Amino acid sequence: MTNQEKSWKEIPPAGVCWKPSTEYLTGDWKTYKPVRDPAKCTRCTFCVIFCPDGAIHWDAQKEDIEFDYNFCKGCGICANECPTDAIEMTIE
Amino acid sequence: MFTEWKFTAKDIAEKPDLFMSGHRACAGCVPATVMRLVLKAARGPTIVTNATGCMEVVSSIYPYTSWATPWIHTAFENVAANASGIEAALKILKKKGRVKEETVDVIAFAGDGGTYDIGIQALSGAVERGHDFLYVLYDNEAYMNTGIQRSGGTPLGASTTTSPAGTVIPGKLQYKKPIADIMVAHYMPYVATASPYFWRDLITKARRGLEVNGPAFLHAFAPCPRGWRSDPSKSVEISRTAVETCIFPLWEAVNGKYQLSGPSNAIALNPGKKKPVEEYLTVQGRFKHLFTPKFKNILTEIQRITDERWQNLLKKCEMR
Amino acid sequence: MKRIIKQEVLAFNGDEAVAYAAKQSDVDVVAAYPVTPQTIIVEKFSEYVANGEVDTEFVCVESEHSAMTACVTASATGARTFTATAAPGLALMHEMLYVASGCRTPVIMAVANRALSAPLNIHCDHSDSMGQRDSGWIQIYAENSQEAYDSVIQAFRTAEHPKILLPEMVCLDGFTLSHTLENVSVLPDNVVKDFVGARQLPQVMGHERRSVPFRLDPENPVSIGPIALPDYYFEFKRQQEEAMKNSLEVIREIHEEYAKTSGRSYGDGLTESYRLEDAETAIVCLGSTAGTVKSVVDGLRTNGVNAGLLRIRTFRPLPVKEIARTLESLKAVAVMDRSMSFGGHGGPVFQEIRHLLYEASEHPHVVNYIYGLGGRDTNPPQIQKIYEDRKRGIQTGKVENPVRYVDLRE
Repeated sequence: MTNQEKSWKEIPPAGVCWKPSTEYLTGDWKTYKPVRDPAKCTRCTFCVIFCPDGAIHWDAQKEDIEFDYNFCKGCGICANECPTDAIEMTIE
Repeated sequence: MFTEWKFTAKDIAEKPDLFMSGHRACAGCVPATVMRLVLKAARGPTIVTNATGCMEVVSSIYPYTSWATPWIHTAFENVAANASGIEAALKILKKKGRVKEETVDVIAFAGDGGTYDIGIQALSGAVERGHDFLYVLYDNEAYMNTGIQRSGGTPLGASTTTSPAGTVIPGKLQYKKPIADIMVAHYMPYVATASPYFWRDLITKARRGLEVNGPAFLHAFAPCPRGWRSDPSKSVEISRTAVETCIFPLWEAVNGKYQLSGPSNAIALNPGKKKPVEEYLTVQGRFKHLFTPKFKNILTEIQRITDERWQNLLKKCEMR
Repeated sequence: MKRIIKQEVLAFNGDEAVAYAAKQSDVDVVAAYPVTPQTIIVEKFSEYVANGEVDTEFVCVESEHSAMTACVTASATGARTFTATAAPGLALMHEMLYVASGCRTPVIMAVANRALSAPLNIHCDHSDSMGQRDSGWIQIYAENSQEAYDSVIQAFRTAEHPKILLPEMVCLDGFTLSHTLENVSVLPDNVVKDFVGARQLPQVMGHERRSVPFRLDPENPVSIGPIALPDYYFEFKRQQEEAMKNSLEVIREIHEEYAKTSGRSYGDGLTESYRLEDAETAIVCLGSTAGTVKSVVDGLRTNGVNAGLLRIRTFRPLPVKEIARTLESLKAVAVMDRSMSFGGHGGPVFQEIRHLLYEASEHPHVVNYIYGLGGRDTNPPQIQKIYEDRKRGIQTGKVENPVRYVDLRE
C-alpha cells in the first residue's frame, strides 16, 4: 500500500484531513437501487431525512426529490419507510 | 426554558448535512442517520468530537473527512474529557478575546462502548463539573466497530461475539445498564432518550440539549443491521418497534423531572397500544435462539423486565 | 549593553517554583489531577485561580487520563495548556501521551519523578518518565528547583514553535526537589509574559482545500485525529521524528535567549559538562543527583583525581553527537540510572550512552550504576566509590560486570 503520492514532507501535520468524503463515491457498493415513482410520491421528504448517507436530496428550487446514486448504498430504508410505497428497490 | 424551535420536514430536508456523504458506514447504518439528524439541530458554530468507534472510523479515514464542522478524535474512553477540554478552552479564549463567536456549541458523540463501560468515568466527571456540552450516545448495543462484542448496553439474551448464543448459554445473561437513569441521578439539567424513526422528537431533543446551559445527555437508539443480523432496510422500522414495545421508551428529564414523550405517552394513556416484545425480537438474528424450546424462558424474562422498567418509568413520570 | 533583569528571590520548593512559572506564563487551560509528589503544584495553582491571580480555566478532572485528554483538546482549540503529574498518574496517561505527540499539541507538563508501583512507593526515581521516553515528548530533567522554574518557562516557547509542535515534560525529582525549599530567583511577571509571548498557530491545508490555522475553529473547520491506515501512518511518525530532531536546535536557541534575560544557563541547554575538559573518568546522570556528584567531583579534584560529570538535561531528543563528542576521549564513563529496564542490558540511560558511542573510533569503558530506586538516598561516599571503581577499572583494563547496583543489599 505504498502507492500514495505524497511524501512525509508534503502532508499536513497531525493527520489533518485534506479531502472531503464527498470525493469518495460509495455508490458502487449497492446491489439494489431505489427507484421512485413520482406519481405516488407525496414529497413528504421522510426518505431524505432517514437516509444514513444523505444520498437523497430535496431540491427546494425544483420542489422535488433527487437521488444521488453516487452515494446511495442500496440499503432500502427509504423504500421501507416511504408512506405511499413510492420507492421500489430494483437490481442495479 | 427552551426556544421551542418550529420546523417542518422540508426545513430539515433542506438543511445542508454537516455530516457529509461519502462516509464508509455499512448500508442501512442507523447510527449514521442519528449523527445526521443530531447535526440538523445545530444552531450555529459547532465543534464536534467523537470517541473511537464506528462513527469515528467511518467518517475520518485519512485523508478523507465527513465532517463539515471542526472535529477531533483522541481515544476511546474519553470523549467527555475531549469535550471538557474544548469547552474550557472556548470559555477562556472568549474571555481573552481570542474567540470571536458569541456561542460555540460542543457535541460529543460516542457509541455504547465509549459510554456505558470504558467511557463512563469521563462522562460522569464531565457532567459533575458542569461543562456546557451535548453528549450523544448512539446505542447499537454492542462494541460494533471491533466486531460485535457485548457491552453494558447489550440487552438480556442478545447474542454477541463475546456472549454468543451457544448450546449451554443463551447469549448475554446480564441486563442492559440503565445509562440514562444513571445520568439523571447526576442532577444534570437535561437527559433524554430518542429513536430515529421519531425524527422530529430526536431533532427537538438534540436542539434542547444544545440550548441547555450545562451538560445534556441524549440517549439515541441506533439499530445496527450488521450486528443485530437484521435486514438493513428495516433498521429505522426496528427503532420504531423498540418504542412501541416499550423496550426503548421515549422520555425527557428536565432538571430531574421525568416526562414521557409523544409516542410513549400515547402508550401510557392507552396501554392496549403496547406491543409484545416478540414483534421486536423476531426480526433480529441476534435473538433467534430465544425462539427455541430450550431458551424461551429468556423471552418471558425479557417481557417481564421490559414491563417492570416501563412501570418504573411510569412511576417516575407520576403516571401510575 | 544588555543588563540582566533584576529578579526577586523567593523561597520555593520545586512544586511551588513550577506552579509559579506556569502562573507567569499566561496559561489558558490547566487540567490536572493530584498525585504525590506533584500535589503542591495543583494546590498552589488552585490558590492562584481562587485569588484571581491568573486568567486560566482550571479543570479539576477526574483522572490523569482525562487530564491529558482535556489538555490535548484544549490545545487543539488554540489554548496554551499546562498540567502536572507523577508516576502512577503518568502511567495512566500513557495512551494519551502518544496522542498528544501524534496530534502535535504543545502541552507542557511537569513531572515530579516518582517510582512506579508495585510495590507502592511515593519517593523519587525515574522509572515514570523513562517509561515514556518513546512517546514523542521532549524531556527535560532539572537539577534543582531554579532550573525547573526556568525550564517550564522555556518549554512554552520551545513546544509551541511552529517547527516543533511537540508536547514537553519538565522532570523534577520527587521530594528531593518537589518538596525541598530552595532560593529561587524569579523574573518579573511582564518579562516572563513577553518571553513566552502569544501562542503561534501554524497554517495547515484542510479539507476545504485552503490554508487555515491549525486549531478547532468553526470558521475554518479541520478534522484532527483521524484513522490513518497503513498507507499513511508511517509518514506521520516520520514527521514527529523530524520535529524531535529540529527541537535540538530550538531548545538551544530558546535556552540562550532566556540566559540573556535571566543570567542563568545550564550548559548549552542540552547537556552540562562539569570539569570534563581533562577528565579521565566521568559520571553521566540526570536530575538532582548531579548536584551531589558535582560536590564529589570538586573533592576528588582537590586530591588530584581527574574526575568530571556530564549532566544530561535534554534526554529527548537525545543530543547524540554532542554527547559522543564529549565522552569519546575519556577513559571511563559511569552511567548512573535511576530506573531499570527489566530484562534489558542495563538501565535506559546506560543503553543510550553506550549505544551512541558505538560509531566513535575510540571510546571509553561504559559501566552502569543503577541507584536510588524508590527514593533510596545516594550519598557522596557512595558516589566517590563509583569514581574509585572506575579508576580501578581503567587500571585493570577490564570490565567484568557492566551493570552494577549502588547500595543494594545483596
